[in-house]
Formats: sequence, C-alpha cells, structure tokens
Amino acid sequence: MKKTSENGAERSRRDFLKAGAAAVTLAPGVTLMALAAPASADGLKPGARWGLLIDSSKCPEDCSACVSACSNEHGWENNGLDTDPQWIRKVNLKNKQTGRASSLPVMCQHCEKPPCVDVCPTGASFKREDGIVLVDRHICIGCRYCMMACPYKARSFVHEPVTGQKHTTPRGNGTVEACNLCVHKIDRGDGTTACVEACSATGNNAMIFGDLNDPESEIAQALLNYPSTELRGDLQLNLGVRYSNI
Amino acid sequence: MIRLLIIGLFALLAAPVMAQDSLFPDIPKATGEAHPEGNEYWRINHPDMLRHDRNLTVHEGDRQIQASISECVTCHAVKGPDAAPVTIESDQHFCRACHDYAAVKIDCFQCHSSVSEDTDQALLLPGQMLGRETELDALRAYLEGASQ
Repeated sequence: MKKTSENGAERSRRDFLKAGAAAVTLAPGVTLMALAAPASADGLKPGARWGLLIDSSKCPEDCSACVSACSNEHGWENNGLDTDPQWIRKVNLKNKQTGRASSLPVMCQHCEKPPCVDVCPTGASFKREDGIVLVDRHICIGCRYCMMACPYKARSFVHEPVTGQKHTTPRGNGTVEACNLCVHKIDRGDGTTACVEACSATGNNAMIFGDLNDPESEIAQALLNYPSTELRGDLQLNLGVRYSNI
Repeated sequence: MIRLLIIGLFALLAAPVMAQDSLFPDIPKATGEAHPEGNEYWRINHPDMLRHDRNLTVHEGDRQIQASISECVTCHAVKGPDAAPVTIESDQHFCRACHDYAAVKIDCFQCHSSVSEDTDQALLLPGQMLGRETELDALRAYLEGASQ
C-alpha cells in the first residue's frame, strides 16, 4: 500500500464530509455551502483567556484542599523532598511590621508573556491560544531552563519513572511539568478546575475560575469591582492568576 | 528426474516461508469496531497519525481526534490471567506484540497510561486483590497458571 501522510488538510476535508455541511442550491450547478459549527463544549474556545482569582482573606492557613485536589486530579505526589513534583503549594505570608498573616495557593500564573516560553530551546514550553501555559512533553528535553526562568517557582522536574498515570494527565520521567489549569477539563467544557471545585466544596469559596476576556464572567466582574493584585506585578508579565486581600 | 528436482525446489522454497509464518507475532484481537481504513493502513501509518493528532490535542485542545492513544489501549486491551488488562510491562500487551518482534522501542508509555481509562487501578497492583471473591478466583487461576 502507498504510504500516505496524515495531514491537516486531509483531515479537515474528511471531517467536512463526515460532519455534513449545510448546503443550499441557489441555481443548478451553484451551491452555497456553510460549515457546520464545531461542537461548542469540546476544544479550545477562541478569544478566551482563562484565569483564576484567589481571595487570600477567605483562604485559611490550615486548609490545603486545593493542593490535594490537584494531586488527585493529575496523579502527582509530593512527600516533602526537594525533588518531588509540586504543581500547587500553599504559601503563608506575614507582614513583619504589622504582624498580619495571610495564606494563599501559588501555582503557574499563566503569564501573558511567559519567561518559560522565552527561554525554552525546543519550543516545548508554549502558550495556548486561550492563555494556558503548557509543556509539550513530546518535545521537552528536560533541560530545566524554564524552571530557572519562572519567577514563581511553579515548575517541577520529574526525576523518576512514573507508572499508573491518569489518562487525562500523561506525565513521565525527564520532563518538566506544572499546573496546566486542568486543560482537559476546560477542553471538555467543565468550566472549572480541580482546585476551584475543591475550594468550593470546603465552603471557603476563595477561588474563582473563568474567562478574563468575557466581561460578563464572574471573574471579570470581580476584577472590575474589587481591588486585586498580581504577584511580582513589577515584572509586567500580565498574569492569568490574580490575588486579592494579600 | 526433472519432476523430482522441481518438487525438491518447491520444498526448499516453502521451508523458509513456513518458518516465517510461525515467527510472525501473534497479534491480539481488538474489541471495538474495525478500522474503516483497514488494518494494513494502520499498521503502516499509526506513528504518523499519532504524531499528527497529538499536536492537535496538546496545542489546539482538540480531544475528539481519530488517533488517540487512550482509544488505542481501550480497544486493544489484552486481558491477563487475572482478568485485568495487562500493562506495557507485560509482553502480552498489544503494542508490544509487534514492537518486540520488530525491535522498535516505544516511548509513549513512559508518560501515557497503557491501560484503558475505566480500568480499576487497584486491580493492577498485586496484593490489593485479596478479600474480593471474584478476584480471588482470578488470582488462583493466575497462580495455577504460573506454577505449570
């Protein structure tokens, strides 16, 4: 059999025929065709920018529901070793002058201008069209430049072979990983992330997930009406994750 | 005399072919619907298709793809003696049947799961099967099989 390469054009033509296009015959031999709209729930939402808003005043110091939810959802485990993966962690802050303490989860901040993408020599570290910063492990060579470049210490390196991975989160030895904003859930149309779900389940409701570009969304409304801040805003990275009441 | 020679020649030619037949890997049967493009097409093109569609998923978020590794391992699951699907650790695994034969190393399962999504992960861990009757039977069958 002749070897044929599977390319995008071939695929879209096939899908076009398979999905069935709406066709209107205007005159004999003249047909107006319109592509059927792709399934709305599945895949990348054009024009969206996904983000989180975290209210530190609603985040108790002793709660780590978001961290365990992330660990369960993606199948990573942190036993306290420096080399263990850590997609999200709780950070406790204290103002030395006033003594005010606050607690907040820190994960990949999904920058608009991500330093990890700038430094990646292979293009494995990339930003999706909807603002989610990811590692394409197929092309990651494990050099860890991105880990050095990240101002938020958000990325970790997998030091040991992994077995029993989750289907939705492939992860393996020798590659770098970080919070992927539950990209599989977003593509599925769940409209939330594991950490936000867990935070709501505890009743703290400290985290909001949503589309920063949609002015009607809960997160955009909250950002419009209440003060919020970016971690290391001086770096002008325009973060997807915002905090209030730190 | 010539007839004898011809028969001898045939026997000589047939011998390596027969030997090859027996060496060819025993490819496990799949459970789902057959590939419309045919098995021959997939045998040749599956690396290209997987590579093409993985980029669609990772970079464009398209998860309704044709060549999904998750669907591969679901349809092509091979049940082990303990009734649970075997992982890539086992040489019974669908992918290994040919890849071992062709001596081509697959990296996919360093990151991806090699069993179907609905597989009970607990079943894959030895020692956790005890206390459950049906699985106890499976374990017994497995041990009896191993001792033979």
